Amino acid sequence: MVPRPWRVLGRRQETRDTFTLELEPVGGGDMRFGPGQFNMLYVFGVGEVPISISGDPARPACLVHTVRAVGSVTAAVCRLRRGDVLGVRGPFGHGWPVAEAAGEDVVIVAGGIGLAPLRPALYHLLAAREKYGRVVLLYGARTPQDLLYAREIERWRGRFDLDVQVTVDAATGGWRGNVGVVTTLIPGARFDPPHAVALICGPEVMMRFTIRELQARGVGPARMFISMERNMQCALGFCGHCQFGPAFVCRDGPVFRFDRIQGMFGVREI
Amino acid sequence: MHTLEPILAEHPFLKGLRPAQLQVLVGCASNVRLDAGQYVFREGEEANRFYILRAGRVALEVFVPGRGPVVIETVGEGDVLGWSWLFPPYQWHFDARALDLTRAIALDGDCLRRKCEEDHDLGYELLKRFAQVIMHRLQATRLQLLDVYGHAPAR
Ligand SMILES: Cc1cc2nc3c(=O)[nH]c(=O)nc-3n(C[C@H](O)[C@H](O)[C@H](O)COP(=O)(O)OP(=O)(O)OC[C@H]3O[C@@H](n4cnc5c(N)ncnc54)[C@H](O)[C@@H]3O)c2cc1C
Repeated sequence: MVPRPWRVLGRRQETRDTFTLELEPVGGGDMRFGPGQFNMLYVFGVGEVPISISGDPARPACLVHTVRAVGSVTAAVCRLRRGDVLGVRGPFGHGWPVAEAAGEDVVIVAGGIGLAPLRPALYHLLAAREKYGRVVLLYGARTPQDLLYAREIERWRGRFDLDVQVTVDAATGGWRGNVGVVTTLIPGARFDPPHAVALICGPEVMMRFTIRELQARGVGPARMFISMERNMQCALGFCGHCQFGPAFVCRDGPVFRFDRIQGMFGVREI
Repeated sequence: MHTLEPILAEHPFLKGLRPAQLQVLVGCASNVRLDAGQYVFREGEEANRFYILRAGRVALEVFVPGRGPVVIETVGEGDVLGWSWLFPPYQWHFDARALDLTRAIALDGDCLRRKCEEDHDLGYELLKRFAQVIMHRLQATRLQLLDVYGHAPAR
């Protein structure tokens, strides 16, 4: 699969090291994708990285990616400016089970940049809001300055049909929100555990503790979905770079139903 | 006359206590209302109460010279606030400040310690509940210390 050229239409700084890029296809067209799918972004002369799609699935002509600069390729992506062109292969992978979750409460638990791949799921739920029960977003970040999509979160908080709880690990001064890890939001969150589906993305440790806390509330392992980060190269299930037990993150994931991978996930108590 | 018993009986921290035990607590309880910004207690002050939070939120803070107040944790509806009343030297270790208009039931520490000495069943029941709260907070604090969002890519 050959990368297609997309041009940077807009670039917004989210946090100190994280940027959101809006891309348009060079020569027209679009890219239909499901919430939770990812693309391989190729910066010419530097390299290629898997990055989740963080935009609205209902707007396929505008591709949105939120990227944290952690190494050479992601830093190069973050340095791109309006008008620059990069290569895109995708979309790849299995995303969030938003269709299967119809009729259920949906609890989204995001940590740090883990909100990026969950945002398309939230767009989808809000666009078909009447099909779902309660929708809850629990979001944790390191500090108030590390929150992604701050303005949009503010708007979501104003909605009557969405329960948004945000927490940070540490805060000084003007922050009037919650302080504590994201798992502390779970006991008080309003949803009906036997009828809830949980979509979880964040650092692995955070996901592990989130799963425990959700289980303590009575959410079964077949109702929890997590997005696995694993370094990958081909994105087509050939190279084995991202193998996770018998599964390939690129082809079978990145979203997995928890009961299907819990043996490999290192959650000893379960 | 209004009694605080039904309110106490419904709070998650006290759920399942026997009516007679709740009656004892009612004898040590009073209603409190805190405005946003008001301090519930301050570091170093005598710790002679704990709070059953019914609505609103409270921030636990430490004052760090040069940085100002740093929020360590927030607690809210359904939580309890304060366990320093249980252990000598009965002093608060943090500042606690209401973030929103907060309603709570305050339980008098002196009164409660006396009752618990007289009724060890009640004392044990309360200690078990506090131990669980302390364990949960310790686990959360450990996770906070890991700084999971700090390094490497978050995903
Ligand atoms: C399915 C999937 C979706 C992703 N979505 C996003 C996204 O939306 N936004 C985003 O910013 N990042 C995302 N990532 C992570 C991103 O792909 C990596 O940060 C990127 O590959 C790092 O490449 P680099 O050349 O910049 O850094 P490198 O120089 O390759 O690595 C820098 C450091 O990061 C570590 N590292 C690299 N890749 C990973 C990884 N996948 N997991 C953990 N540690 C890693 C390396 O060990 C090294 O310490 C996703 C990864 C996957 C697998």
